Amino acid sequence: MTASANLKNAGPAQAYDGPPDYQAVGRHAVFPQTDHDEIARLNFLAHMNRHLSTRVMPFVKTAWENRAEPELVKTSGQPPRTRHDVRKALVNDPMFATWSALRRMTMEQRQQAGRWTAVRQAETLAAHTRALTDGDPRLQLDPSLPIPRYVAAVDHHCMPFPGDVSGAVSYDHGIFATTGGMLGRYSDGGGQAVAAWVKKTHPDFKPRRILEIGATLGHNLVPIAQAFPDAEVVAVDVGAPMLRYGLARAKSMGVNNITFVQADGSDLSRYADASFDWIQTTMFLHELSYASMKAIFAETHRLLKPDGFVLHVEQPQYTPEMPLFEQAMRDWDSFYNNEPFWSTLHEIDIDGWLVEAGFERSKLMHVGVTAVVDRDLFPDAADDDSEDYGRKAAWHILGARK
Amino acid sequence: MSINLALETASAKPAGKRPYFLDREVERVLAITMATVQELAVARQRVDTLERLLEAKGVLTRDEIDAFRPDADQAAERGLWMQEYLARVLRIVQQEGEAIAADARGDVRSEDVAVEITAGA
Repeated sequence: MTASANLKNAGPAQAYDGPPDYQAVGRHAVFPQTDHDEIARLNFLAHMNRHLSTRVMPFVKTAWENRAEPELVKTSGQPPRTRHDVRKALVNDPMFATWSALRRMTMEQRQQAGRWTAVRQAETLAAHTRALTDGDPRLQLDPSLPIPRYVAAVDHHCMPFPGDVSGAVSYDHGIFATTGGMLGRYSDGGGQAVAAWVKKTHPDFKPRRILEIGATLGHNLVPIAQAFPDAEVVAVDVGAPMLRYGLARAKSMGVNNITFVQADGSDLSRYADASFDWIQTTMFLHELSYASMKAIFAETHRLLKPDGFVLHVEQPQYTPEMPLFEQAMRDWDSFYNNEPFWSTLHEIDIDGWLVEAGFERSKLMHVGVTAVVDRDLFPDAADDDSEDYGRKAAWHILGARK
Repeated sequence: MSINLALETASAKPAGKRPYFLDREVERVLAITMATVQELAVARQRVDTLERLLEAKGVLTRDEIDAFRPDADQAAERGLWMQEYLARVLRIVQQEGEAIAADARGDVRSEDVAVEITAGA
């Protein structure tokens, strides 16, 4: 490194490549208050995640290569044939067990920290959210909507009183710690990446109506709505508190072109055929089930206008080229983090499903993108050569043009 | 009241059975330890914040903290605090050590005493 005449560049910050301090997080009107120690707790967790992925996880690979895999080959007489063989061998390895236990605990501590902050001010945050959303036609709730099994079975955010939004608050302010700031100030690096990719590769595409299915609190839709301010944008989700919080959040960030609609993406019959120019999902497909995904793909084809785009942002699929060890590590969340569809989703032929839903094979697309963030403050996933299987802010866009 | 709600629910179990990767007892102690490690980091950050604010207000410099040398009485007080602290933290080790001799003398269990003192009732 060369010496800089600029004294501002001479301090430890120059060489620092760890997670940003939580104080860099973007705040909006319904963001929770965080006191000194709550912030310190989230900073600790961001560093724990980084430590686990950069300093502990590599030992799991060493353990696999040096003892778990040779032992498996010795006892079974053949190399592993599937990622499940690898996982079953890994669970008996002490390094995998230690890393897994610490990873699970870090996630539990993050949930605890986030829920504490959200619930201790739940009534105030609910009141602020109500004040920003009551009577607003851009919030369309449907209390009669059944909650799908794939949502209800594994987890649901506890809702201690009507109008409570603490589940959304906990999610919103905790992602920054979970991802070590990799998603940027407003945890919107995924949405920013997609918006940037669309503008760059299709400069003439001027969407008038944009739909995101499974939008949760709209954090990935806000940057898209900002990039296309003249578009009419619709966020669909099954969770009413997420949608209510999402509208309050978007409005307080000055984004006024999103309508938040409570509906199940597998039945959007409220919208006519060819209603949207662009349909998006962001880290959503792995939350589904076979049946719902099939129905959602069919709906996206029906709802898209000719020449419209459907874009699904996901972690990469398991391909034959991907080492079985990597596949097994990427499966971790499916088995140990309440993501029951994760493993199945990443092995299925999504292209085939898109074709079955009516898209032409010649118009399918696969694109790799990394989070777009303010690089003065945040680490850039494109420069990051660490791997945190399934967590890294680098995704694939699987999609099609109708 | 939100604080009571937070006390009741912030640590609540999520839906779905929890996976264990180590012996249950080991994993339980590790989980408590990691929460303690986190709180130690929180306390350390708070001290750091205090030091930087005090320095910014001109009350002290952090160099003075590093250069601090307790006088004899201060050193004694601090040494005693450290001894008290370790005796408290390592209480169970002391008690298990004392139990070796107590067992040799024929230490009794409370429930055995209960039987003994109520015999013939």
